[in-house]
Amino acid sequence: MSGSQSWLIRGAQVCAGGIADLILTDGLIQEAGPGLSSAGAQVLDAVGLIALPGLVDLHTHLREPGREDAETVSTGTQAAALGGFTAVHAMANTNPVADTAGVVEQIWRLGGQAGHCDVQPVGAVTSGLEGRQLAELGAMADSAARVRVFSDDGRCVSDAVLMRRALEYVKAFGGVIAQHAQETRLTDGAQMNEGEMSGLLGLTGWPAVAEEAIIARDCLLAAHVGSALHVCHVSTAGSVEIIRWAKSKGWRVTAEVTPHHLLLTDELAASYDPVYKVNPPLRTAADVEALRAGLADGIIDCVATDHAPHPVEDKETEWQVAAFGMTGLETALRVVHAAMVETGLLDWAGVANRMSARPAAIGQLDQHGRPLEAGSPANLVLYDPAARSVVDPAQHASRSRNTPFTGMELPGQVHATFLRGEPTVLDGKLAR
Amino acid sequence: MHARDPLAADLAAGAATVGATAGRAPTGAATAVEASTVEASTVHAATAGAAAATAPPGHVSPGQRPDGKTVLGPDEISRALTRVAHEILERTNGGTDVVLLGIPTRGVPLAQRLAARLTQVEGHLVPVGSLDITMYRDDLRLRPARALGHTAVPASGVDGKTVVLVDDVLYSGRTVRAALDSLSDIGRPRAVQLAVLVDRGHRELPIRADYVGKNLPTSQREIVRVLLTETDGQDAVVLGPGRDADAQDAAGSGAGLGAGR
Amino acid sequence: MKRHLISAADLSRDDALLILDTAEELAQMADRPIRKLPTLRGRTVVNLFYEDSTRTRISFEAAAKRLSADVINFSAKGSSVAKGESLKDTALTLEAMGADAVVIRHQASGAPHRLAGWVRGSVINAGDGTHEHPTQALLDAFTMRRRLGRLDGLRVTIVGDVLHSRVARSNVLLLRTLGAEVTLVAPPTLLPVAVSAWPCEVAYDLSAALPKADVVMMLRVQAERMNAAYFPTVREYSRRYGLDAARMALLPEHAIVMHPGPMNRGVEIAAEVADSHRSTIVEQVANGVSVRMAVLYLMLGGADPGGGAPTGVAAGAAGAISPESTGALEVAR
Repeated sequence: MSGSQSWLIRGAQVCAGGIADLILTDGLIQEAGPGLSSAGAQVLDAVGLIALPGLVDLHTHLREPGREDAETVSTGTQAAALGGFTAVHAMANTNPVADTAGVVEQIWRLGGQAGHCDVQPVGAVTSGLEGRQLAELGAMADSAARVRVFSDDGRCVSDAVLMRRALEYVKAFGGVIAQHAQETRLTDGAQMNEGEMSGLLGLTGWPAVAEEAIIARDCLLAAHVGSALHVCHVSTAGSVEIIRWAKSKGWRVTAEVTPHHLLLTDELAASYDPVYKVNPPLRTAADVEALRAGLADGIIDCVATDHAPHPVEDKETEWQVAAFGMTGLETALRVVHAAMVETGLLDWAGVANRMSARPAAIGQLDQHGRPLEAGSPANLVLYDPAARSVVDPAQHASRSRNTPFTGMELPGQVHATFLRGEPTVLDGKLAR
Repeated sequence: MHARDPLAADLAAGAATVGATAGRAPTGAATAVEASTVEASTVHAATAGAAAATAPPGHVSPGQRPDGKTVLGPDEISRALTRVAHEILERTNGGTDVVLLGIPTRGVPLAQRLAARLTQVEGHLVPVGSLDITMYRDDLRLRPARALGHTAVPASGVDGKTVVLVDDVLYSGRTVRAALDSLSDIGRPRAVQLAVLVDRGHRELPIRADYVGKNLPTSQREIVRVLLTETDGQDAVVLGPGRDADAQDAAGSGAGLGAGR
Repeated sequence: MKRHLISAADLSRDDALLILDTAEELAQMADRPIRKLPTLRGRTVVNLFYEDSTRTRISFEAAAKRLSADVINFSAKGSSVAKGESLKDTALTLEAMGADAVVIRHQASGAPHRLAGWVRGSVINAGDGTHEHPTQALLDAFTMRRRLGRLDGLRVTIVGDVLHSRVARSNVLLLRTLGAEVTLVAPPTLLPVAVSAWPCEVAYDLSAALPKADVVMMLRVQAERMNAAYFPTVREYSRRYGLDAARMALLPEHAIVMHPGPMNRGVEIAAEVADSHRSTIVEQVANGVSVRMAVLYLMLGGADPGGGAPTGVAAGAAGAISPESTGALEVAR
């Protein structure tokens, strides 16, 4: 489309590469290198900023349709853009559930209309998330939304036969089943990680084995039928070991970890503030270390936010009745910066890989996660690593305020986000 | 608490001055002490309790004196108590139906000493106990909550008795007011009287003592410290300069009131 | 800042002894003709009971009334709570009523912690979910000291569903603070996974533990636990972990038997044991009033700790009470 504004981004540090300029024209990176110029282009001074490919989230809850009091596609994608994301996968546990072509197309369209980032709907594995019957996975794959990732997230596909069938079925169109690993019977009424803290606090425990046992089973199933498995929100050291083993066998297993599981432990539950209540629960320091190491060496493929907005009345209660979940889109990159970059475990090229390239590959989004070079789609984020500020959810674009990082000082700030060459965020604020 | 029995020592001193009236052999005196010790076992517990729960502020070790002038030494204190004991006997028809209740902290050993003297003179046991007034103070909200002193009402009770409240210093009168309220929730005495070792003036309520060991005019900037062997290792009444309101209160018993007694 | 009693761990050794000594003094009141002290006149104590509990609520009510406080009872049944009012909105209502203290019993662990963030007054935990019940532990310690004359070095055996017992948690913490030695006896399914980190011993054989016990505390066991496979049948539980007359005979001469109530006669405790001279079950109730009077007095009887906005509770550090050497008690703010 000629007539749209060109951009000249000057002096950015391009991931692990050196300082370069980028010219964005017609939705693509036209040129990348030092000392560029472009007539008619709007100039953005990016000295001191790091340029990363636009972040891709494999796991977001946009809540629309059904829970618009917590979030809408519009507000959620605004939050995503402010967090540096150019694409998010919207999980299917909406109301109605995204288990038909009709609902996934609706969500896809809403994302397009809002225009803050690309929205790739995730289709449910089972009808109504009830875990009894496969949803029309083929119809969703063929729809305009072109669904490739399927998940009952929020619930576990616990029936082993049903999980096997789902893994087999999606081979026909190159889909992947993303499992929310939670043995339901072992986590009946569970509130927080089962360990020392849960015993002291009198909260029903959620044992690590409830996650690990399902992951082990599903890795074996995926290997047996020759399909691809993606493991959502890995949270324990044991899970990392199982995935390491599965990958060593050459099995097609991928995994994600949330930013909060890279930074927070179950000791925070001592305040009984449900802002720390999440599924899977925060675990111990040993688990956090294992997850960081796993992400650093690639056993865990990517970071996914599991952004789970909830209205105040669902979180400002006693722990037992509070909803599970934390928001995460607007803080993700900063938390990864603190947990992985500042600790020396990952460099910015690694961040680009774990937060853009790998999730885009798993989600099969060929327009995202591409290296910042000439010819790539102009989906990128400019990030100021030297900034520091205290997290204040009142400043967030998300409709919900349930972030566990409230009051915490985190490094960095997203300066600008570009979606196909158009800015969605400029100067740290929404561009439209 | 000290190995030497303060009651016995005190009585011995008292007995020396009263000699003729007593007409008791020293062994008799010893028996009376033992008996009153047995009967008033709760009093000992009270003292121990009071001492343990409220380590008396201003506790000084024997031989050490706080700032100020000693206005009463051990002999004078003993004489004053003896005189008070006799006054009590005179005004209560020989100690008939008298119950002594000491107000913690230092009112308790004073009450015990008086009871021992009364018992020695009259030959029958005078019930003695303690009455903690913490819960009835009118200044509770001014300070953090205070630990309680020990209340021990003798088994014979207070109904129909002449209760003699015993305290070390009478100042504003608020302690006694609280004691009267406390007493009325325990029973209905026929009469209530007040015995104090020192009356230092500056009453804030219409309260007066029936028996006074020593009248001691003071300025409100001064502090009166009563030291007793049972609680402080020595007997003395010391008048010294005050520093602040807290010091004034701290100089007294744990149950003493803010502005004074 | 600390002005709440939510966990037994909030009490230092001095705090706890002060409460017990104060309760000792206040216990005398039961024998008086006029069972009333003016100390908390003008203070308002709200009993916020979301769980049915006649015994504990009446105990707190009696304690507050004997100190001349005004008592407002708020029970969940038939109230705005039953209509779905949130804990927070209820708290704001209590604030508006000017509650100086809120005594809360709630089925959710941590509810008192949350409440403390929404009210200005003192929060006293009367039992929250499976977390703690500090005044129960205090009255248990008071009972032990009265019967056996000491707490230091006392050997206390707690038997039953420890996993779900707030009484057990509070007792383990408080008894340790007071110098007693605690042994927990239960089937492995009814012990928390990380119990080895607790300051006590653990055993599976009740009969072996009894000869060494000065105190045996039996916890109530719910038959419904059988349905979640914590034990196969009530009969087997009773056989292995019940205190019957035969087991009672294994106890040392002086040992006492306690139970926080209500009892399942015939399940965890035989009727003849409950009614024996060793049993302190009835006096625990009377002691509860004295202990709760002591707690209310020490928390509300002195100066208002600063007033001002609700300050909530620092993680793991709720209301602590520390005595000073003058015997005055500072409710640390």
